Amino acid sequence: MKGMRLFVTVLFILALIVTGCSKATPTPAPQPTKAEAAPAQQQAPEAKAKTLVLGFTASQTGKYAKESKEQTQGIQLWLKDLEKKGGLKLSDGTVVNFKVKYYDDESTKERVQQLYTKLITEDGADLLISPYSSGLTAAAAVIAEQYGKIMITTGAASDSIYKQGYKRVYQIYTPASRYLTGAVDALKAWDPNAKKVAVVYEKSKFATGVAKAVKAYAEKQGLEVVLFEGYEAGTTDFNPFINKIEAAKPDAIIGGGHFQDGSTFAKQLYEKKTPVKMVAILVAPAVPEFAELGDAAVGVIGPSQWESIAKYSPESAKAAGLTWCGPTIEEFVSGYKEAYGYEPGYHAAGGYAAGLVLERAIKMADSTDPDAITKALDAMDVMIFFGHIKFDTGEAHGLQIGHDMVYLQWQKKDGKVVREIVWPEAAKTADAIYPLER
Amino acid sequence: MDVLLASLVDGLLIGFVYGLAAMGLTLIFGVMDVVNLSHGALIALGMFGVYLLFTGLGLNPYLGLLIVLVLGIILGMILYAIAIHPLLDGPHLSTLLSTFAVSMIIIGVGTMLFTSTPRNIDINLGSMVLGPVRLQGTRVVAALVAILVATGLYIFMYRTHVGKSIRAVANNRDAAELVGIPSVRILAFSFGLGTMLAMVSGGLIATLFPFSILSGGTYELKSFVICVLGGLGNPTGALLGGLILGLIEGLIPVFMPVGWTPVIEFTLFVLIILIRPSGILGAR
Repeated sequence: MKGMRLFVTVLFILALIVTGCSKATPTPAPQPTKAEAAPAQQQAPEAKAKTLVLGFTASQTGKYAKESKEQTQGIQLWLKDLEKKGGLKLSDGTVVNFKVKYYDDESTKERVQQLYTKLITEDGADLLISPYSSGLTAAAAVIAEQYGKIMITTGAASDSIYKQGYKRVYQIYTPASRYLTGAVDALKAWDPNAKKVAVVYEKSKFATGVAKAVKAYAEKQGLEVVLFEGYEAGTTDFNPFINKIEAAKPDAIIGGGHFQDGSTFAKQLYEKKTPVKMVAILVAPAVPEFAELGDAAVGVIGPSQWESIAKYSPESAKAAGLTWCGPTIEEFVSGYKEAYGYEPGYHAAGGYAAGLVLERAIKMADSTDPDAITKALDAMDVMIFFGHIKFDTGEAHGLQIGHDMVYLQWQKKDGKVVREIVWPEAAKTADAIYPLER
Repeated sequence: MDVLLASLVDGLLIGFVYGLAAMGLTLIFGVMDVVNLSHGALIALGMFGVYLLFTGLGLNPYLGLLIVLVLGIILGMILYAIAIHPLLDGPHLSTLLSTFAVSMIIIGVGTMLFTSTPRNIDINLGSMVLGPVRLQGTRVVAALVAILVATGLYIFMYRTHVGKSIRAVANNRDAAELVGIPSVRILAFSFGLGTMLAMVSGGLIATLFPFSILSGGTYELKSFVICVLGGLGNPTGALLGGLILGLIEGLIPVFMPVGWTPVIEFTLFVLIILIRPSGILGAR
């Protein structure tokens, strides 16, 4: 009886182990991938098919969940489009296909570093795309560089990642240092007589960085920065500050910080009828709720990485003397809508663009050799639906130097305030209101 | 010089609104020795009261203010019954905690209902130019409403029976009871008045700046500084303190980077506590 009981117990434990094992088997699903990928690589010279493993982490949980989901959907849509075309064909007849492998990084740097290591060492990732956000991307880039893997970063605007001397990390987004420099270009283009700008910014890390870059750029462009001053993050009453700005008599006000301060600032500038010709501020104008300001929103300009109403097209690429590649904006938007049921924002567009740039680089290299792809990325100078893509090959290697922010301006149409793109020329949907009618 | 004048006027106008907010805090403290930590949340509630009446019913914000005023008194009396009265005879810490709890509840529910997205009341009364100064309509009206409410309160406190009773209870609750003043009802009403002042000032601020459910904190902090400046427990002092704070905020940016404003404000706060703890108008 006792033996029977022991037997049953052992049997039970064994059963547990077995079911446990069989449950565990799906987990190392990457295994087959690697197995498939390895022979494919060996066959490459003579065979026609080649599968590259593309790895990244997505923040399926944690604070970046929403943005990251969009970005991942963008990448997946690109992959689907590529598969629809039957893969990427090289001149020697090889057809390159991608196998995407990704994990949930829980929006934390620790997981990002573990998982990118796993992607490279266990899953045999050939190419990498960054996670969402500058912080996570900085963590992932270290790993990519350690293993000498090519990484396309998207959803990350920080400049500092490209000051580490990395050789194979390439940025899709316009870096923070150029968030508002386009406003300076626009000002100069619209009004050669404009001489004075006031740069006022929220004293946060992001806004201060952007403001310093704008100041340097404006001065280089021959403009006089008549006021360069930060305000506290919690500022609610801007009137005294505006009085000071008015005393400096600038032609344009450039700066801002986040949503709350930016919208307050815009509202009070309007009420005080501050006599400036242009107001360009960070973040707030790109948020739909900015429309609640009504007339006070009209004329205010703000930067955005990408907008579905932008007008990048094969024609505008031609006008700029660049090669066009990939889908048009309309194709991307309608494809995304079809797949996910709603309009894509810039996070999704950035994800798609990352895949597209990789595809383009391999096509240009006409090879899957990492060195050849790196060379192709260094030489890349194209326009896609996301905008102009070109990377720095000098000191800040990999930094995005082609892509420009698009500048939105709130305008009044049929009694309603709407967003229009007014800069750069290649993307614009409407003429800018300049100077401000106040 | 023009900048100075413009900033002076701007500062004074907003100062009245700050003063009104602080009056609510100081009134409650003066009458029942309670530091109301839900002050900021109540200010935010006032903002949303006016906002919801405006966006939901299309009610003019200044009419909405009247409704908020009445609601404020009622809400204050309810709060008194729930969160203050049972603890009034306990140590100071109890009411401090209970009002803090009220604040957490209001902000928690508010965040759930409205999220922390900033809101804005789209109202513009134009502006007028007086010499070098451009006066914004909303700001002038806000200052006028604040003066009106403050004057009304003053008359109420000194000319009416209830007002006199409030002052009597503030002076000495036991003695007031002895001459037949129903002190509990008076206390409840005072808390209602304090709440009303917070909510009305919140409603006024909402016509000036964008706000979220979390915005009350800033004004609560300002109210504390103002109360100390003007003298704790002294509503007239609070109004004066408000004007001083408004002036500081208006004038400092003219002479130095705006970042120095809070530094100067709080240095003044510490100095007043050290040198003249009873405040400029020296309360009780």
